[in-house]
Amino acid sequence: MTEVTPSLGSRKTGIRPARLQRNRLADLAIHPLTLRLATALILFSAWEYAGRLPVSPAFPGFVETMIAFADMAKDGSLLSALLITLQPLVAGLAISAVVGIGLGVAMGISRFTEWLIAPPFIVMQAAPMAALIPLLVFAYGIGLASKILTVCIMAMPVIVLNSYLAIRQTPASLIEMGRSFLGSRAQIILKIMLPSASPVIFAGLRLGAAAGFIGAILAELLITPTGIGDLITYNQSIAEYPKMYAAIFSVIALSVLFIEGLGKIEAAIFRREGRKA
Amino acid sequence: MKIYGFRVPLMASLIVWIALWEVIGRTGAALVLPPFSSVVERMVEIVPTPTFLKALAMTGEAYLIGNLIAIGIGVPVGVLMGRSVVADRLLLPWVNIFLSAPLSALVPVIMVLFGLGMTTIVLTVVLFAVWIIVLDARAGVRGISPSLVEMARSYGATPLQAFAKIYLWAALPEILAGIRLGCIRAVKGVIIGQLLVSIVGFGHLFEIYFSNFLMEHFWALVLTLFAFAFAIAEGLGYLERRVEYYASSRQQ
Amino acid sequence: MTTARRERPAETGTPIIEVRAISKIYAGGVEALNDISLEVPRGKLTTLLGPSGCGKTTLLKIIAGLIPATSGEVLVSGRPVTGPGPDRAFVFQDFALMPWASVLRNVAFGLELRGVSRSERDEVARRHIAEVGLAGFEDRHPHELSGGMRQRVGLARALAVDADVLLMDEPFSSVDEQTRRKFQEDMLGLLSAHGKTVLFVTHSIEEAVYLSDRIVLLSRRPSRVAQVIEPEIRRGDDPEAIRRHPAYLDTVETIWQGLKRYLD
Ligand SMILES: Nc1ncnc2c1ncn2[C@@H]1O[C@H](COP(=O)(O)OP(=O)(O)O)[C@@H](O)[C@H]1O
Ligand SMILES: [Mg+2]
Repeated sequence: MTEVTPSLGSRKTGIRPARLQRNRLADLAIHPLTLRLATALILFSAWEYAGRLPVSPAFPGFVETMIAFADMAKDGSLLSALLITLQPLVAGLAISAVVGIGLGVAMGISRFTEWLIAPPFIVMQAAPMAALIPLLVFAYGIGLASKILTVCIMAMPVIVLNSYLAIRQTPASLIEMGRSFLGSRAQIILKIMLPSASPVIFAGLRLGAAAGFIGAILAELLITPTGIGDLITYNQSIAEYPKMYAAIFSVIALSVLFIEGLGKIEAAIFRREGRKA
Repeated sequence: MKIYGFRVPLMASLIVWIALWEVIGRTGAALVLPPFSSVVERMVEIVPTPTFLKALAMTGEAYLIGNLIAIGIGVPVGVLMGRSVVADRLLLPWVNIFLSAPLSALVPVIMVLFGLGMTTIVLTVVLFAVWIIVLDARAGVRGISPSLVEMARSYGATPLQAFAKIYLWAALPEILAGIRLGCIRAVKGVIIGQLLVSIVGFGHLFEIYFSNFLMEHFWALVLTLFAFAFAIAEGLGYLERRVEYYASSRQQ
Repeated sequence: MTTARRERPAETGTPIIEVRAISKIYAGGVEALNDISLEVPRGKLTTLLGPSGCGKTTLLKIIAGLIPATSGEVLVSGRPVTGPGPDRAFVFQDFALMPWASVLRNVAFGLELRGVSRSERDEVARRHIAEVGLAGFEDRHPHELSGGMRQRVGLARALAVDADVLLMDEPFSSVDEQTRRKFQEDMLGLLSAHGKTVLFVTHSIEEAVYLSDRIVLLSRRPSRVAQVIEPEIRRGDDPEAIRRHPAYLDTVETIWQGLKRYLD
């Protein structure tokens, strides 16, 4: 096409070295790390600018929030709050992982279990499970149990469905291979289906963890304020906004690190095998 | 599943679960679980009431506006990220963070900034829906065959024309998949927002039923919401499969 | 038959697999096989040759005991097949290697499933890995190997369980042309050294004629045995000479004429 010619012409006019050098500089400028730093800088400056404007008395700037963050980190209140929030989260996730993977695998290997259990979980996956939180409070009170169950109802559906689909997606030829080399059903499940499904099961756990975080915080905001939820509601009620924002910042940072950590473990396990979830 | 060679449809097992629910409800063993039949009766009773219809209208409005904003922002941003390396590298880490961040923690911020009303609910919906829409639109654009892009360029399409006439259409299946997932997340967002704000829409109803221990009402509301959510998810899934059909025939 | 055959065990030539009036209709109503009968002589390489989709894989899997026939029976060494057995080993078209396991574990997997001790099965596996020319790759994972190397792993795995019969489903179809030839020659040497009976599926006429003692030509679906051909080729010669040999070219031409009828 005609439009191609000009660029071809300029390539022939001997400005190659200069171009190359410009490209190298440009490469550095668009290096992922440079840009990641740049976005952080832009985002936090915008936050700071909006805080100074101020867009709202309830919107502290970045610096103010970070100072509150440092204060709370120093006096230990942030850490103890995060640890409290982590309790129902970790307990709920552990239960969801064990029960969820168990159910999912059972559905993956048995048509009857699939028929019986898949539909409720398909509905739950699409449904706003948070609507059941008041019910958990009715049934189990306002203690830790309700919070753990909140995490469970949020995290379980995706873990169950991922495990189930993962098992179902075991390549048919691998199962035939197992049968043709005289593997028993138990051997085929343990040595072929489970290892084959593990990357997708693991990805389900990661999604479950993300949903579980939403549930854990929701439980602390809705049921009784404890941990980070307490820091958020209390500081909101006394209009101590920098502290409120710092608490929110910290729990989001924690969840990002938690989920990124899971991703790192995942990559380390499956990279050697040439499989990534 | 098959029984004596008969194919029993998958969703049929829900009937088993509902029967179980009915039995447990009738025995009165679980205080919080009234029989299914009385929940359905209650549902028929409360759905036509003005309070319910008002809450439904308010929720539906917040849901629709929120989704439209999420699509309006998400699709162009995703297409931009798919086309420009710089934009991609600038935004992708943040999109990924917010995709899996506990967004329920951000709702209190929206509440203190925008008050306890419609705006907050709409923004919660946007917050829940937008990230997956961005990510899928980006994936769709990245999957466009380079020859199509070159074709657009060689015919001298302006960036806006290329966006509206090429990228949007070529990436349509992925964009729609993102919108479907966004809509499912938005249902969760709209309910979480209302639960936290608790003086508008269904949140308000939940609050009333909860404080008066109206279990049948409560379940009737939950059931209605779940039915809506499931219908939305399945309906969009159906539409998407139709488009996928078009997309696979398109690639030949 | 010519005199210069590969060396075979004494009982060479008696049928080890007998397929009797096998028909297969899949659940969806697809009639894949219609009344197939054939015999596979012990210690020889028999090829199933036919157009794509004619039911070659189906027949091979029925013989392997992986899927049931709708009617008819298969005998291996005189005993009817009811499921997979230790007398048959399968080599898969898509290799069917476990991506999470090393080459060593993949090759030893058949023995692992039989409960052979770790040290014993690893020793056997190492020997067969060396035999197929992959010594040094024991600790690699399948994704680090080329298609040809992966199929060598599949072959080693089948050899490791020491079955009498190897059932090979288009083992070279995902292997590129250059490595295929070398692999074919290596395989011929290896199989005759072990005195294995091989039932080999392919849709390549050249491959069938080059490799086989006996070729069973299948018609289009629902397939029946159209013709049985025994190529008269001196395999002692160097491979390139074989491919230029008039008998080889004649057989290819004969089969091509036979198959052409089914193509339109
Ligand atoms: N599991 C199955 N269910 C239904 N039809 C099948 C199944 N497997 C194969 N077929 C059909 O049976 C025919 C023979 O298949 P196959 O044995 O794989 O042929 P080949 O290996 O000769 O290419 C094909 O038409 C195929 O579509
Ligand atoms: Mg085949």
